[in-house]
Amino acid sequence: MQTVQNHTAAGSAGVNAAVNIEDIMQQVAEHKGCGTSGGSGKASCGSGAGENDLPPEIWEKVKNHPCYSEEAHHHYARMHVAVAPACNIQCNYCNRKYDCANESRPGVVSEKLTPEQAAKKVLAVASTIPQMTVLGIAGPGDPLANPEKTFKTFELIAKTAPDIKLCVSTNGLALPDHVERLSQYNIDHVTITINMIDPEVGAKIYPWIYYNKKRYTGVEAAKILTDRQLQGLEMLTERGILSKINSVMIPGINDQHLVEVNKAVKSRGAFLHNIMPLISAPEHGTVFGLTGQRGPTAQELKALQDQCEGEMNMMRHCRQCRADAVGLLGEDRSAEFTTDKIMEMEVNYDLDARKAYQEAVEKERQAVVAAKQEELQTLAGAHSDIKMLIAVATKGGGKVNEHFGHATEFQIYELSTSGAKFVGHRRVDLYCQGGYGEEDTLGTVIRAINDCHAVFVAKIGGCPKNDLKTAGIDPVDQYAGQFIEQSAIAYFREYLEKVAAGEIEHVVKGDAEIRQGALIAA
Amino acid sequence: MAYMIVEENCTGCCACEPECPNQAISEASNGLFVIDPAKCTECIGHYDEPQCVAVCPIDLTCIIDDNYPRYEAA
Repeated sequence: MQTVQNHTAAGSAGVNAAVNIEDIMQQVAEHKGCGTSGGSGKASCGSGAGENDLPPEIWEKVKNHPCYSEEAHHHYARMHVAVAPACNIQCNYCNRKYDCANESRPGVVSEKLTPEQAAKKVLAVASTIPQMTVLGIAGPGDPLANPEKTFKTFELIAKTAPDIKLCVSTNGLALPDHVERLSQYNIDHVTITINMIDPEVGAKIYPWIYYNKKRYTGVEAAKILTDRQLQGLEMLTERGILSKINSVMIPGINDQHLVEVNKAVKSRGAFLHNIMPLISAPEHGTVFGLTGQRGPTAQELKALQDQCEGEMNMMRHCRQCRADAVGLLGEDRSAEFTTDKIMEMEVNYDLDARKAYQEAVEKERQAVVAAKQEELQTLAGAHSDIKMLIAVATKGGGKVNEHFGHATEFQIYELSTSGAKFVGHRRVDLYCQGGYGEEDTLGTVIRAINDCHAVFVAKIGGCPKNDLKTAGIDPVDQYAGQFIEQSAIAYFREYLEKVAAGEIEHVVKGDAEIRQGALIAA
Repeated sequence: MAYMIVEENCTGCCACEPECPNQAISEASNGLFVIDPAKCTECIGHYDEPQCVAVCPIDLTCIIDDNYPRYEAA
């Protein structure tokens, strides 16, 4: 696996090195029929989340992984099973006493599963949802604080559903003790949550850790944690196991520091960095919720992600899913697969049928890429400094195919002469509302996409159309059913033409709000 | 004395169970955890601090049960 390790480093470092880009992109292009779009000195297919900058063998590993590939998440689904709720550290953004929207906990919302139940659930889901390709154990708690249950689950699934990719998410404290075993189970994706490399910063995030049979607090605890996290990351890299880093952006505590974290993890071989906004509301009962620590705004988050993007691939489509989430990102089907229902389900795990389905998905996916490439040609030679954001209502498949009023989230694309680049998503309909209630749904939508110049929808009523226009957001329904990026580029080209002709004046839009809380089942 | 788990505080996270050196902690039918006072040694002779207290994420969940005499190492 030594080669993989070297390529990981080269893939990240090579992003800014002109010498390597053409070679890398050529290989990627041959692999998936995609050319280069150029722009901002960074080669990509224009989607911008960066997976296409990866060397082919890494791309091959992650291309069908909805959590790693921003484009794949339209087409492939994942599930999490909660088997190991124990944790060995305390975070100020987590409260294990009260249930809240961003995690499911035993005894409150969903059940903790035994490894046997989890394996049955995976088979049941994979038989029902053929595009389900990834199983993660991501909490609640730390999967490596309860390694026996975690590894037993992986073992059972590897036996019964060998085509499913396995991954694990950890705070890293116990990671160095388990890297060897992770490599034995052929788990090639590990996520480590790293919020700091400076123990002084860490002391503000972690009140205590439990390590070597002792509880440590303060700077001492944070020092142990950061040392163990970085050691674990290095060990994973040495064994060719892909590592993604999650960081929670906490304004005033680690927001600027995350640039340093980004450099530290990149230099140790992490292939993707996912900076997520802090989720913090008083009713969650977390330390940060109670002290009034705010989360970042949409522009603060994007600015930090942009700042780190020159360093390595950034992940921008994370939904901060629940620990028992099932299905496509942004479409939680966990309610269909409760333990009672699973135990009754007749499971017919048909590997060939799954393969056939996934091949059809792959064709659809290539059509999306081809359509975008074709449209991108029409922007060739256009020069403008104008950048703008648009919001898109979509049900998936990379198309503009959701009614404005039915959208529970909007996908945000940044348009420039380099093309349309995915930069994030904004939730507008959360079941755990965090203080918004039922009032003023349209106002909620406008606050969430207030930094966008336009919103692309399949259909929209007259009233919201007018209100959006008043708010300076252009409601666009002419691309209903069409590919998102292709449509966005066509729209942008027309926009530039109108600006050039003096028909419209380009104005810079304001900031937008990130709605707190993770999507939970209806 | 032995340690006990305050039921209304326990979240059933199972962090304590594998840490107990005496296998005194087990899962009850309600998904929460209980300590068998007959097996609890307060970790005396094993560790500097009782492991259930050190690892439990909720304060005042693993507490001394005054109904039992102080444990004395043999």
